[in-house]
Amino acid sequence: MTLPERQAELPLDTSHVEERRKGSFARLLRTPLGLGALLLLAAVVVLGLLEPVLSVHDPNFSSLKAVNTPPFSPDYILGADQYGRDIWSRSLVAINVSVISGLIGAGVAVSIGTVFGLISGYLAKRTDAVLSWLFNLVMTFPALILVMILYPITGGDYKIMMAVFGIFISAGIYRLVRNLVLGVRNELYVDAARVAGLSNFRILSRHVLYAVRGPIIIASAFLAVASIGIQAGLAFLGLGSSQLPSFGSMAGAAFLNIYQHPIQMLWPSLFLALITGTLVMLANAYRDSLAAPNAVPKKPRRHTAMPLEGDFNATDGGPRNAGGQYEAVGKGNLLTVRNLRVQYPQADGTYKSVVKGVSLDVSLGEVVGVVGESGSGKTQTAFSILGLLPRQARVSTDVLEVAGESIAVQDDRSLRRMRGSVLAYIPQEPMSNLDPSFTVGSQLVEPLTAGMSKKEARATILALLARVGIPDPVRTFNSYPHQISGGMAQRVLIAGAVASRPKLLIADEPTTALDVTVQAEILDLLRDLQAEFGMGVLLVTHNFGVVADLCDRVVVMKDGEMVESGDVRSIFHAPSNEYTQQLIAAILDENTTRSDPPASASLDLTKENAR
Amino acid sequence: MSKALLNVSDLRLRYPGVGFRGASPEVLRGVSIDIAPGETLGVVGESGSGKTTLGRAVLGLAKPTGGTIKFGGRDITHLSSRERRPLAREIQVIFQDPYTSLNPSLQIADILAEPLIAQGTSSQEARNSVRQLLDSVGLPANAAQRYPKEFSGGQRQRIAIARALALKPRLIVCDEPVSALDLTTQARVLDLLIELQRRTGVAYLFITHDLSVVRHISHRVTVMYQGELVETGATPDVTTNPQHEYTRRLLLASPTADPDRQAERRATRRLLRLASS
Repeated sequence: MTLPERQAELPLDTSHVEERRKGSFARLLRTPLGLGALLLLAAVVVLGLLEPVLSVHDPNFSSLKAVNTPPFSPDYILGADQYGRDIWSRSLVAINVSVISGLIGAGVAVSIGTVFGLISGYLAKRTDAVLSWLFNLVMTFPALILVMILYPITGGDYKIMMAVFGIFISAGIYRLVRNLVLGVRNELYVDAARVAGLSNFRILSRHVLYAVRGPIIIASAFLAVASIGIQAGLAFLGLGSSQLPSFGSMAGAAFLNIYQHPIQMLWPSLFLALITGTLVMLANAYRDSLAAPNAVPKKPRRHTAMPLEGDFNATDGGPRNAGGQYEAVGKGNLLTVRNLRVQYPQADGTYKSVVKGVSLDVSLGEVVGVVGESGSGKTQTAFSILGLLPRQARVSTDVLEVAGESIAVQDDRSLRRMRGSVLAYIPQEPMSNLDPSFTVGSQLVEPLTAGMSKKEARATILALLARVGIPDPVRTFNSYPHQISGGMAQRVLIAGAVASRPKLLIADEPTTALDVTVQAEILDLLRDLQAEFGMGVLLVTHNFGVVADLCDRVVVMKDGEMVESGDVRSIFHAPSNEYTQQLIAAILDENTTRSDPPASASLDLTKENAR
Repeated sequence: MSKALLNVSDLRLRYPGVGFRGASPEVLRGVSIDIAPGETLGVVGESGSGKTTLGRAVLGLAKPTGGTIKFGGRDITHLSSRERRPLAREIQVIFQDPYTSLNPSLQIADILAEPLIAQGTSSQEARNSVRQLLDSVGLPANAAQRYPKEFSGGQRQRIAIARALALKPRLIVCDEPVSALDLTTQARVLDLLIELQRRTGVAYLFITHDLSVVRHISHRVTVMYQGELVETGATPDVTTNPQHEYTRRLLLASPTADPDRQAERRATRRLLRLASS
């Protein structure tokens, strides 16, 4: 317990830190899509803002001399329409109309939806029920038709129309925010904020809203697009002031003229497409930068066969030359692994090694424990033997032999065959390894039906369920996973694992998720089954109590390397490696209990007086 | 115990059932505990025993359906959230999962200053005490400008401890604060908690399922089973000479890190099971 307090616990890779500290917005600006979309959108908006300066004619001034002037004529850059009005000047005004429509529509929808969504999701219960009902009602109204029906009341002012439209589409944002908040409100940091005495308003604005802001920003971009489109559509249909140039009314005018001068249709469409397109692209780029700050491009599994790069090349020839380095592969060996290496690609294109040359042996009927702290590579080791690592992992070994058969780690097919017969696996989380939509029985029977009839398989499984200590096998057989406890689920998975009479059982922290009394039972069961079937077991765990209970031999791992291996007693009583000694020393001693008296009450009194 | 800091008596709690008039089983069935100033009371139990709910009730995060909770002689069982707020100076919390107990989008400095600001400290003063808080839990001052995801589990738990200490509370509810940590980290965090207790005189309500952790940090231990306390007493008594059958079972079930002693323990457990069946 007297471990040196290591400040070095805090690795400071500053360049990395700097990288991460930049927010998602800064990352957005670094993607070509995000930056491009933002610049284009900004350019269009600035054009609109500079309308008083850039405009050549009054947008509603019609000159008979200019009727249907073709584009790129002097004075009429984009030409003039059939009433002789300058398209360029009208476009500038229309940009402003579109931008304001988008702002009002999205603004109203987002404010209403976010405020009520936050309240509804955070307070839940009755408030949520009432608000959800109300917004569901709003959602049933056809927004576009209502805006048209309300035309006499809104008087054709597009700003009021957009505000009304915003109210009707706020239900979407409300539902989005409410569902996000429901997910966040039970986070421990929200509880911690409550305990810290923060007011509900502060919790909502600082913790909850902050956590859900990303999707809201993205959704508001899409709502702005919808508002702009609806405004243009309404104006195209002729709803709204004819005095106000907008892309809708411009397109309407050009439409009447489409056979004579189709080019006039181009300008409003182009601007409209530019505005809505850049908004959508911006939202997409923002979503990407939110979702994956360090995204690694996906690679096909074939890559696992490629030779490893970097420091491993140096050792590649090693083992064969220095044959004495590893003992010859024993005959009774069930599992032989030599120089196993696993690498993962990083965002910057380099590869990070998580397992650096591990060699393992498991003999028939032997239980070998792999211990280490999180990040030591122990689970990666087990998974690479099972061939269950994710696709982007690069795995290689000099030797991988299971039950006397040599297999290549990247050989999916032979691994799959092995998994069904020779190899079996018991996971850490029993519940997440059972499919919730099928009964326990059907999941257990399925792999067996390849070799026997359904009836036989069912009888085998029922016998096994009884064997693993399930009190009512038939009932458990017909249950769905959510109907059984975690301990039962682990027994079910053990039954499934031994159903094929495997020679080697690989268990990854099989009792970590279980209560201590259930753990003891499962450990007993594993020991009994191991003796009964004479299986070899590779047990991955961080719990030294479990190691002491089950294992014959122990392999200690640290940072992807094997630091020590040996007989279980010698590891516990006479660890030779410094790290193993540290680990053993960190085990809380059973025989000493806390003996110092409670911190003196006088301390408390002085604090009381100080107040 | 007149000088008890926290006094919980006959606490009952039933979560509201699902649906109309739906009933759910009682999670706490008459729990009574006392904690003296500067003392650690360990609460041991399996999942579903109600130990976490007990902690949440003391924190005001779960509403008791019966019994009383007194803090420093004052009844705090049914405070409104407004009345509850000043109590943040007295009772704080450290949660189990250091990954979700820190808001991922706030800098450490903001996380630590937040409780202080909420209690009316000026933001300048709060900022100043951040460095001191980080120092007290053994983290460098430059940690303040970073985000939670840049820290390991053990470091995050230190940050959570610093946040709990910020208001200089008299009681900290520790809900499995080391169960998500690695062995060596776990030992260091426990040592830190003990050292802080000696220095500040804070009391802990220490909830855990791990008997070896409880032995290490508690002055007294209480064992919970299905919403009730089965045994309470001084740590050495309860953990070496348990009176209740359940405590005995619990002790024998937890594997010890010694192959030979564990084999012995296993044999005893088998005998006990055979005897009972």
